[in-house]
Amino acid sequence: MSTGWPSFRAIQAAAAGWGVVPKDPQLAWLFGGVLGVLILASVIGTVLKRTAGSDAARETIENLDARTRAWWKMCAIFALTLLIGRIGSLILFALMSLLALREYITLMPTRPADHRTLVWSFFFITPLQYYLIGIRWYGFFSIMIPAFAFLFIPTRIAMTGDTRHFLERAAKIQFGIMICLYCLSYAPALLMLTIPGFEGRDARLLFYLVLVAQMSDVLKYVWGKLLGRHKIVPQVSPNKTWEGFLGGVLTATALGAALWWVTPFTPLAAAGMAFVIALLGAAGGLVMSAIKRDAEVKDFGAMIEGHGGILDRIDSLCFAAPIFFHLVRYFFVP
Amino acid sequence: MSARIHPLASLIAAAARGISGVQVRWAGCRPENRQRIYFANHTSHLDFVVLWSALPAQVRAQTRPVAAKDYWEKGVKAYLAQRVFRAVLIRRGGTMREGGAEEALAQARAVIDQLADALGETSSLIFFPEGTRGAGEEIAPFRSGLYYLAKRRPEVELVPACLENLYRILPKGEFLPVPLSSMLTFGAPMRIGETEPKDLFLERARAAVRALRRKGQS
Repeated sequence: MSTGWPSFRAIQAAAAGWGVVPKDPQLAWLFGGVLGVLILASVIGTVLKRTAGSDAARETIENLDARTRAWWKMCAIFALTLLIGRIGSLILFALMSLLALREYITLMPTRPADHRTLVWSFFFITPLQYYLIGIRWYGFFSIMIPAFAFLFIPTRIAMTGDTRHFLERAAKIQFGIMICLYCLSYAPALLMLTIPGFEGRDARLLFYLVLVAQMSDVLKYVWGKLLGRHKIVPQVSPNKTWEGFLGGVLTATALGAALWWVTPFTPLAAAGMAFVIALLGAAGGLVMSAIKRDAEVKDFGAMIEGHGGILDRIDSLCFAAPIFFHLVRYFFVP
Repeated sequence: MSARIHPLASLIAAAARGISGVQVRWAGCRPENRQRIYFANHTSHLDFVVLWSALPAQVRAQTRPVAAKDYWEKGVKAYLAQRVFRAVLIRRGGTMREGGAEEALAQARAVIDQLADALGETSSLIFFPEGTRGAGEEIAPFRSGLYYLAKRRPEVELVPACLENLYRILPKGEFLPVPLSSMLTFGAPMRIGETEPKDLFLERARAAVRALRRKGQS
């Protein structure tokens, strides 16, 4: 019987061809775990709201609640794209790059002469970078921005003849592309690694990176709220404390080690990887805070309720992704 | 009478909202369905569409932009202006070029007649009193059209609106936009004083737009 619609089998076959992740029970366990944590956070939030005494406490809990609601949405989107597979993740991260770049460039005082350069950055360099990951061209993906785009941007600006603050403008655009596009694109690039004995399960590595990076942010926040006394660099961010940093990095390392079974790593290697991710996450948070402080804003945007902009949420990921990728590639890809 | 919105208009408005990532704030009034003249600073072709898209659907159906006839009367532009957005096309400042003061006065009067007609009983207008697109944050002195229109229809609310960052998204003379974020703030409605002199009123209106700027305030 022909209904004019492709059969389920045909869709499945096409999906496999497009790089859709095969059924993976362990990934399902991970999803289940995250779901459990989200439900727990929502329940705790509801209970705390009932018992909040002071106005200050209520405000903190209101913010916590907003963050939890946003987490539900972010996890849902991430899970969905991960299930769609490689294409889904690439589109998701490409969109995140564009939105992050939007928030970043909006804060930078570019000049009218930079317009065309920015058009190139948004509509050519960004899609190209993710396309290169899509076709698994590692050699070009890893140098397209540091070599080609790096030289293209000042050239294109120089061609306009506007030399005012020339180096500053070029450098600001280059930095934005490096962070929002190049560094972030290393996260979905994990899907192009071929690790012996781990074929078809690359999605877990991406999940692992995102989970550890984001959880290290949450844990730093929680430890900071609970014990935070000694500020790390008060001129940059009054909310970052040594207690939050140490507690966050250690618990995130423990979490990463406990999740060794979803990775191709031994428990010890998993702990090391998680430690590096958490450490770089802190570095990302610090650097992006310094940029915000300099631009005299609190957040990069207002897209995500309770969190600020998208760049506020992924700063840790941007820093952790490239190093994590290269560690995995160096040690686990022959 | 409720006008139908052209499907292409809704499509363009949705695209403009996406590209401009606009955060809308109603600081001085509610988005009500009443007769108003929205006036704003002008730096980009996106200005009108973004402002229009920020209005609720019923209000949108009743709100028409005012645009320069010399710029919007040919080809695709004419189709967009007249059919899609039902713009009121006016002749702008011909005083320098042709005729004496008499003729200029007659022409200005004709334009005000046309705008008052377009307002009718239920319609609202979107108006850019600078008369042309500026290059940046600076707001040029307002042309006198807003004053004469306010004089003619003093019962219509004048709502100032400030558009920020759109000149970076789609500057004058560029074809492709850069999808940065922008802000739109609506201020408190103002009315013209019965004996208010022209220059004072125009300067007050301009100051009202400038006061809505959010940049550098957060």
